Amino acid sequence: MPKVTIDDITIDVPEGTTILQAARMIGGEVVPPAMCYYSKLKTSGGYCRTCIVKVEQGSAKDPRPIPKPVASCRTNVMDGMVVRNITSPEVLEARAGVVEFLLINHPLDCPICDQAGECDLQDLSYGHGDEFSRYEFKRREFEKIDIGSKVQLHMTRCILCYRCVKVADQLTDGRVHGVINRGDVSEISTYIENVIENDFSGNVIDVCPVGALTDKTFRFKSRVWYTKPVDAHRDCKHCCGEVRLWYKGDEVLRVTTRRDQFGEVKDTTTGKPGWICNECRFDKKETKDWIIEGLAHINPHSVISANHYESLKALKATVSRQLKAAPHGTKVTLGNGALDPNNQPGTQK
Amino acid sequence: MGRKILLDHDNIPGIQSLNVYREKGGYRALEKVLKTMTPEQIVEEVKTSGLRGRGGAGFPTGMKWSFLAKPEGVPRYLVCNADESEPGTFKDRYLMERIPHLLIEGMVASAFALGARTSYIYIRGEYFYIAQILEKALEEAYEAGLLGKNIFNSGFDHDCYVQVGAGAYICGEETALLESLEGKRGNPRIKPPFPAVAGLYGCPTVVNNVETIAAVVPIINMGGAAYAAIGIGRSTGTKLISASGHINKPGVYEIELGLPVEEFIFSDEYCGGIRNGKKMKAVVAGGSSVPVLPTDLILKTAAGEPRLMSYESLADGGFATGTMLGSGGFIVMDEDTSIVKNLWTFSRFYHHESCGQCSPCREGTGWMEKILHNFIVGHAKMKDIDLLWDIQKNIEGKTICPLGDAAAWPVASAIRHFRKEFEEYVNNPGSIRDVKHYYRINNLAEA
Ligand SMILES: Cc1cc2nc3c(=O)[nH]c(=O)nc-3n(C[C@H](O)[C@H](O)[C@H](O)COP(=O)(O)O)c2cc1C
Ligand code: SF4
Ligand code: FES
Repeated sequence: MPKVTIDDITIDVPEGTTILQAARMIGGEVVPPAMCYYSKLKTSGGYCRTCIVKVEQGSAKDPRPIPKPVASCRTNVMDGMVVRNITSPEVLEARAGVVEFLLINHPLDCPICDQAGECDLQDLSYGHGDEFSRYEFKRREFEKIDIGSKVQLHMTRCILCYRCVKVADQLTDGRVHGVINRGDVSEISTYIENVIENDFSGNVIDVCPVGALTDKTFRFKSRVWYTKPVDAHRDCKHCCGEVRLWYKGDEVLRVTTRRDQFGEVKDTTTGKPGWICNECRFDKKETKDWIIEGLAHINPHSVISANHYESLKALKATVSRQLKAAPHGTKVTLGNGALDPNNQPGTQK
Repeated sequence: MGRKILLDHDNIPGIQSLNVYREKGGYRALEKVLKTMTPEQIVEEVKTSGLRGRGGAGFPTGMKWSFLAKPEGVPRYLVCNADESEPGTFKDRYLMERIPHLLIEGMVASAFALGARTSYIYIRGEYFYIAQILEKALEEAYEAGLLGKNIFNSGFDHDCYVQVGAGAYICGEETALLESLEGKRGNPRIKPPFPAVAGLYGCPTVVNNVETIAAVVPIINMGGAAYAAIGIGRSTGTKLISASGHINKPGVYEIELGLPVEEFIFSDEYCGGIRNGKKMKAVVAGGSSVPVLPTDLILKTAAGEPRLMSYESLADGGFATGTMLGSGGFIVMDEDTSIVKNLWTFSRFYHHESCGQCSPCREGTGWMEKILHNFIVGHAKMKDIDLLWDIQKNIEGKTICPLGDAAAWPVASAIRHFRKEFEEYVNNPGSIRDVKHYYRINNLAEA
């Protein structure tokens, strides 16, 4: 089993593990942010470049460093590899550059965006971005497009992570979804107004890291932080049937997949994929349709969890503590408390 | 007079046709290869020659060939990169237009060395008429038994196809080229895997530039060692240079690597000096993406050595004081040229050609273009110079493919060597208001 050291923490991982996956096994702050990678979607990742890290030593056999930062989501670990993420000022600076690029053409219309409060880009920019924008030009704009009767595409907010394209490719039959045009006028498209009407098409909403693909049945109904997430299941002949219901009072406002701590669909109890079908998502909005399991635990990754942004200060403090405690080359092992996944700042207790 | 081994017959009437090409010794290399050599011997010969890829990166061709995976029962492919879209580069066009059979001979010989049953020439859409020239040459070669089944009774079968692109610069990047060849959107792939392991249709593939493949023919004819004797150090053989800009004799020149830059620009055999008796201001030595250098640094290295036309000499001093040989697109600018305006033009190109997959290139190229336009129209502020610097730094090395670097390097080098000129644009916005007609910045290089 290859041994990899990330920010001075050494871990054994199975052959073929990417740096990002290895970092996720360690958990905590050394996990690079990932805006396009999605472990449940084949060939995803590599596009957004937020997950870049520095490889200080290529492997035990060939200890040379990799001269350029690499996308951790698409780079496999080698035995003896030494990686720096939050302990490299260079990486943090480069990441801040990427975040700036992702934001220059983003409309920053969070106050009127349904995704606000559970948006990966929002989290990313609070964590790594600047207070002000250096971009002084008109931002890119597109018309809104309906993708089927239940999903709306608002390209203006899109960061071209390609996740929805992979969903269309890998979960639905007959691909009518892809990218047209080139460069900064690239557009997610259903070529052109072809409607994706497929049992699983609604999952594009859940993989979208921003508010570009939203649930039309939930539009403008409520800010997400005023809703209460509850896990529930039903016997479904199309999908796993394990969902999350979002309540306001007694009313189910929307139904989504369950998310794990990295914002991806959670593994199910039955081993079936966690994707849910459109029937569960759009047509089952009564409590009587479901067997309620209880209040859902929302991971600290999202804004809706309490005190997230305050905890950023704590995060930065932990990082510098970590930096001081572990000068280059020292091996810090898991479980010393500071990196215990249950002891993270912002965890809902 | 420099030796010519690629363009030795380019001016002979009818050299485009198979008959004349064969009269001049054409297809002898192919015959030699198929009748007397093993594939391994050819690869060895190419290794000995020291030939380096002529598409821009200068990777040793023999080494690239020896990396080709050879799993049982899986076809291998040879793909010729004839996408030639780097601004300032037009040598492949000349070669294919003049001596199409040289490329085809090189293709079949190289394919034999690699064990490729099928090869493709991927040519940019704007070269449609050259695609027709190549098609005609292929037809002649098939008729003469130089392609198809059992070539020269050797038992080697080979088919070669021409595929026309749709005019995207990014399809010159080898993995985007392969995607496009497969009929998909021309987005670069994320590497690894490299084409040598999983290329066209997932099979092991070698992608080489037109000039690289053509050079295999003289290497076989004269032997790798004789080829390696031409040139200087690790820059062996000859190189086609596309010379353009404010020189008396623009055109495609075959030079022996190691020729002094000064001789190339000023001798009558090559560029013939700066036109209209003007002074030289700057040179972009290897296609629009390589760093621009001011006159003193292009003629001499920072250490005062004469600069030579070779991979090593042009790169001497790193990016601080050097540049790259790149694809050999040699653009000379005279004293009246505005570096900023020229940079804006380059920037527009890279912005337009970014495939849009990765965020730094997709967003950064457009941003740089917009800021540079502000300079041109007199709206720029001093802080924009540093902003430009930051943007290019945030793109460089952080993208999927080198197009991001290609967009960043010209900006970095222009600011590094001609910062004064940017400041001049900020300080005197009035004097440059009319973009279309006035972009003369007088002798700023000397100021
Ligand atoms: C954006 C971009 C454009 C490129 N365009 C070309 C091209 O037009 N022609 C070419 O031969 N190589 C081009 N290349 C280089 C190819 O990716 C590849 O390195 C080359 O075809 C390899 O051939 P060689 O080893 O014979 O040079 C380009 C690379 C990039 C990143
Ligand atoms: S660097 Fe530019 S051209 Fe290359 S993959 Fe990224 S967006 Fe596409
Ligand atoms: S998550 Fe790795 S590049 Fe986007």
